[in-house]
Amino acid sequence: MSIPDSSDNTTLDSVTDVHAPDVLLAAKSINKDFAEKRILENISLTIAEGQIVTLIGPNGAGKTTLVRVALGLLQPDSGAIYHRPKLRIGYMPQRVHVEPTLPLTVNRFLQLANRQDKALLSNTLKDLKIRHLEGQQLTAISGGELQRVLLARALLRKPELLILDEPAQGVDLAGQAELYQLISEISDKHRCGVLMISHDLHLVMSSTDEVICLNHHICCHGKPEHVTNDPAYLNLFGANASRNLAIYTHHHDHEHGIGGSVKEHNHD
Amino acid sequence: MIDSMMLFFTTNFVLYALVAGISLALVAGPLGSFIVWRRMSYFGDTLAHSALLGIALGLLTDSNPQLSIILSCLVFAFLLTLLDRRPSISTDTLLGILAHSSLALGILVLALADSVRVDLEAYLFGALLTIGNADLIWVLVIVSLVSIVLSVFWNDFVSITVHAEIAEIEGVTVNRLNLVLVLLIALTIAVSMKIVGVLLITSLLIIPPAAARSMASTPEQMAGRASIIGCISVVLGLISAFYFDVPVGPSIVVVATLIFLVFYFYPNVLKTRN
Repeated sequence: MSIPDSSDNTTLDSVTDVHAPDVLLAAKSINKDFAEKRILENISLTIAEGQIVTLIGPNGAGKTTLVRVALGLLQPDSGAIYHRPKLRIGYMPQRVHVEPTLPLTVNRFLQLANRQDKALLSNTLKDLKIRHLEGQQLTAISGGELQRVLLARALLRKPELLILDEPAQGVDLAGQAELYQLISEISDKHRCGVLMISHDLHLVMSSTDEVICLNHHICCHGKPEHVTNDPAYLNLFGANASRNLAIYTHHHDHEHGIGGSVKEHNHD
Repeated sequence: MIDSMMLFFTTNFVLYALVAGISLALVAGPLGSFIVWRRMSYFGDTLAHSALLGIALGLLTDSNPQLSIILSCLVFAFLLTLLDRRPSISTDTLLGILAHSSLALGILVLALADSVRVDLEAYLFGALLTIGNADLIWVLVIVSLVSIVLSVFWNDFVSITVHAEIAEIEGVTVNRLNLVLVLLIALTIAVSMKIVGVLLITSLLIIPPAAARSMASTPEQMAGRASIIGCISVVLGLISAFYFDVPVGPSIVVVATLIFLVFYFYPNVLKTRN
């Protein structure tokens, strides 16, 4: 699937009737302001069954806002969001903060999503290799383990569409590659669509069908190998990003701690 | 000693007090746990203080006191939820203003309505030993209602508390259930007034869960153990109030606090080696 040309001026109503049955989610000409600042400008995209769409862009580019609009958690100022009727979404937020006063084992956390299907729970734990964490407190596991637990929670809804806000956050580099591989396998196995935010295009390249480079508006989009050579992408991320795959440096306003954890300075 | 103990437990008013206190403690465990997890204790305080205004207005309009307390708690809970959505002023400042202004206003109205003599102390600190048939029925009805709603929506309430957005994506009606939870807290506070009084209600709700925290690894364990600690506090509080001839409400709260302190400083006191 491709992104509809953002300059065309079809009416908003058409967003609900132009889609093939395999389209899970479509956004049409989304605009969103915060404090009179335009965060999202004329964003259109579609996600189909089995398709992996990756959002990249600098901090503050509106990635999380776009994801929240796509989820229906946030109303756009203008534009329309289409969800296929009865669409089941699995959502993995950027951050989960559990109050220290709230005792919660990994197992109990996962049961919040689905209390009935014990077999599904046990299979998901096995697939994600987190069975050993079951009895541990959610606050006691590492960042990488937490990401897997969150992914498991999203999967327990048997989603047709997975929406993942920086799934590799706090995961070391080797673990990141593995996690993206896992997401790609999940998408293949269950034929579910994926919309995810990533910081690192090169790590997701092999497991993504479509890349959208976002900086309030869509700078460029397409197959990953196309995007890496697009002038808009090079302009946003610097020529190094494309030339040097091994020592890829961000030009973002955050830094990495030992072990790859992201220390954010500000956030959208 | 045995004889006086028998007398204590078979005296009618003590029996009433025990039943009312224990049933409230049972529901206060899970409800209070939510107040702790969601950092709503100031909210509970504000509701409790505003209940005094409800009593005053009830007396002025000559309506059923219990009903006017319940109504005013529900109305205040609803108003506070609305105000909370307008972030022009920080929530704790807003609650601080409302808590004390409604308390002050309530006391003033009670003082001005000099046609009726009210035992202000009973409302401020509770008068568990004076509760009668009608009071007991109110407590039992409200407690049953609150327990039923809590158990039906338990998983959803916990899910919202852990992460509201995931819950919403999973199909939980977050805003509606948040309001329901607030109303349950309001109802419980309204009927607890007679037991521990306006000034001490929140402590009955939050001290047992806080004491139970170190012994729990799931939300259900914490809620259940908080109920048990609450019941023990009510029973020991009543007994000591009876023997030392001191007010019941404060005794219950002091017992609960002592239990909290024990578990706070010796979290493993009940753990056996296995």
